[in-house]
Amino acid sequence: MTRKRVVITGMGTINPLGHDVATTWAGLLAGKSGVSKTEIFDAGTFPSTFSAQVKDFDLADHVEDARKHRHAGRHCTFAIAAAVQAWKQSGLGDCDKLDRDRLGVYLGSGEGSLDFDNFISLVVDAWNEDDTLDAPAWGRLGFERMDMHREVEQESHMVVAHLAAEFGARGPAFNVLTACAASTQALGEATCMIRRGEADAIISGGAHSMIHPLGVMGFNRLTALSVRNDDIETASRPFDATRDGFVLGEGASILILEDYDKVIERGAGDRILAEIVGYGSSADAFRITDQDPRGDGAAAAMRAALTDAKMDTARIDYVSAHGTGTKQNDQVETLAMKQVFGPETTVPISSAKSMLGHLIAAAGATELITCVMAIRDQILPPTANLNVPDPDCDLDYIPNTPRKTPVTTCMSNSMGFGGQNNTLIITAPAP
Amino acid sequence: MVDRRAVITGLGVASAAGTGTEEFWAALIEGRKCLAANSIFDPAGFPCRAAGQIEGLSARKVVPKSYRKAVKVMARDIEVAVVAADLAFKDAGITTRADAENEMSVEPGRLGCNVGAGLICCELDELGLAAKTSVTDGKFDLGTWGHSGMTNLTPLWLLKYLPNMLSCHITIIHGAEGPSNCITCGATSGILSAAEAARWIARNAADVAVAGGAEAKLTPLGVLRQSLLGRLATDSNDRPESACRPFDATHAGTVMGEGGGLLIIEDADRAKARGIHAYAEIAGFGAACDPNGINVTEPNCGSLDLAVSKAIADAGITPGDIDLIVAQGTGVPGEDRCEAEAWEKVFGDDLPDIPAMAITGATGSMFAGQSGVTLVAGALAIWNQTVAPTVNFSSPDEGCRLSLGGERRKCDINYAVVGAFSVGGQSAACVLKRCES
Repeated sequence: MTRKRVVITGMGTINPLGHDVATTWAGLLAGKSGVSKTEIFDAGTFPSTFSAQVKDFDLADHVEDARKHRHAGRHCTFAIAAAVQAWKQSGLGDCDKLDRDRLGVYLGSGEGSLDFDNFISLVVDAWNEDDTLDAPAWGRLGFERMDMHREVEQESHMVVAHLAAEFGARGPAFNVLTACAASTQALGEATCMIRRGEADAIISGGAHSMIHPLGVMGFNRLTALSVRNDDIETASRPFDATRDGFVLGEGASILILEDYDKVIERGAGDRILAEIVGYGSSADAFRITDQDPRGDGAAAAMRAALTDAKMDTARIDYVSAHGTGTKQNDQVETLAMKQVFGPETTVPISSAKSMLGHLIAAAGATELITCVMAIRDQILPPTANLNVPDPDCDLDYIPNTPRKTPVTTCMSNSMGFGGQNNTLIITAPAP
Repeated sequence: MVDRRAVITGLGVASAAGTGTEEFWAALIEGRKCLAANSIFDPAGFPCRAAGQIEGLSARKVVPKSYRKAVKVMARDIEVAVVAADLAFKDAGITTRADAENEMSVEPGRLGCNVGAGLICCELDELGLAAKTSVTDGKFDLGTWGHSGMTNLTPLWLLKYLPNMLSCHITIIHGAEGPSNCITCGATSGILSAAEAARWIARNAADVAVAGGAEAKLTPLGVLRQSLLGRLATDSNDRPESACRPFDATHAGTVMGEGGGLLIIEDADRAKARGIHAYAEIAGFGAACDPNGINVTEPNCGSLDLAVSKAIADAGITPGDIDLIVAQGTGVPGEDRCEAEAWEKVFGDDLPDIPAMAITGATGSMFAGQSGVTLVAGALAIWNQTVAPTVNFSSPDEGCRLSLGGERRKCDINYAVVGAFSVGGQSAACVLKRCES
């Protein structure tokens, strides 16, 4: 079976730097920070009091009929808005040849935010004196107090349902949640489905918001978050010697992937933004708490993507790093890069998380959009807040200022908590 | 480039109907009633008190000694998956890193892992104990929680509940360094995961994979959510073993079940070279969705007919070639009707002539574990050339023309189709083909 070519024809994003691709891209090139004091809930006494939040967002500004999505959770509303942008750019809505049975949705979306106040007060109110849960009371009170829709919408695949509803999709529908690698993996597997002819177009990407008391608590207990409460705008410092953890972000990014032949057939060749040519997935199989210290797992994903793309490393003009800003990740990722590209590699690398924060499941798709923009504008986004060199991170991370350079092919890396690694390779549109 | 064929060479299952294929299949063909009163927690305050519980579940017993400490950070969902994976690898005769004495019999980088999972609820006893330290005048105080209350929880608390941890623990225990995914798409997750793993093998990204799904939603929050949705049977608390009655005229809702079904999926040539007679080949796959799925209060089966038709076409056969239908049969009246209609759309007037089975009457609804376990049931039906009876089914609901016999039936099964759908409007189907010995 010949493998079909897969291209990107639309992109949309809602994230801490902006509510569309253009604003986000301008912010990244200007080195802006999306970080601020956490306002979604009062995190004043938490170890980390700040985060990268989506601000001033209203779904009604983005869709014709917001009522259809009135039950959608926070991250889901981001996804719908991002998808509408991507859909418009692709022009698929005006295509009368589109077969909805062959329009899929493949997302890497996170779970919805817990109805925390209600949930925790239930636990407190249904607590026995002997320090056990009074389950019958919990059931009775829960039945009275909890909202059915808020509960159901927390299942991560409900985001898939909302996008299918918005665009009338009837094709394959998937959601994956490989933690911080989810949307990269979704885009990769969606690419493989189109290549094999299982869909003509797939709405792909991811959405997530873990900026809620249990999310922040979970990462704080793991000591994964930056606690630089006195200098929050520069707290996200990937590859810098003074980095002390990642900054939790939220958002959604959606891309429209299509069978190249179908795009040409519908006369939309000029809408092609980039081609996805390589995808690789691997597992560290090391520990749930730590990455493989040699970076073998991350290297395996990069190698698999290169093999898939039938390319060697000389073809890669830019690498969008996972680059979280934790001590361990950036060191391990550097080792993995050296394994694949050689110890003396000069390939430019940067981390958009230095400005966007870590969008968890939505991170990979957002970062892939930055790669597409780098190809379009022939400029690489910088790693912000990179001032003190770390001897363990001694590659070219494009510190603080963007770089004009020829860009044809980019690699984007994502590494999930627990050791699931995914890599994508894209190239400039070619006939 | 020709796709490589993927076959099922190992099965691992943990459910209310038994743990391990022997116990599980024996329960199914006997039509054993395996649902019971919920004893995981006191269900007195809940409208449905029946449950499908896994008896004697213990990941500790199956993990290598050196990994026992890690069991402490496994939610029950993870334990289900770890147990099912262990059974599946052993059943396939594949040596993994879990065996300290012997070399792995598959190259680590060519061993994939794709385990479907759901939304895992944190343990309320654990959370409550910590929350209690932050209560002032009977109210939870977030400020106290932020600076000191949360320190009462283990630092690894979050890792216990991330859905990808089902996959991650399995990759670590068994040394699976190949492609790794975690599909969270409700009851379709098991088929989506198994089919995706078969595609990895088809395109030469892996030689062997462990795939399927597992979930244990039988928790106060899990049961509450399904109660709010109105999906649970509330009429049978005095006879829990009969509470879930798929496609039966008296069906009145579903029952929450715990379940994990994992398959070892292997390159057909590799399996042949090591002299394995596979259970079945993964011959076809299809997936679909229904744009109306967001209306969760309206019955929906995710355009299942489209998924089934795609799977049959993908296998290169026609509906007339199908010898067995493995239906989902949640027991929720509207869902059963929608599902029966979908099967009828595909098979038309031939539907009553095709043997069919649904296991939910014995296991309950297993959510992300559902279609992993039904795939195991379908593979065992082909292996044994036997159709299992559908527990708690006696007279069909009006309009349901599926041939769900009350007795076990011996018959020739060359092709079986397994279907699943999720609340939210997604569906998936997989065609299994009998392998020659």
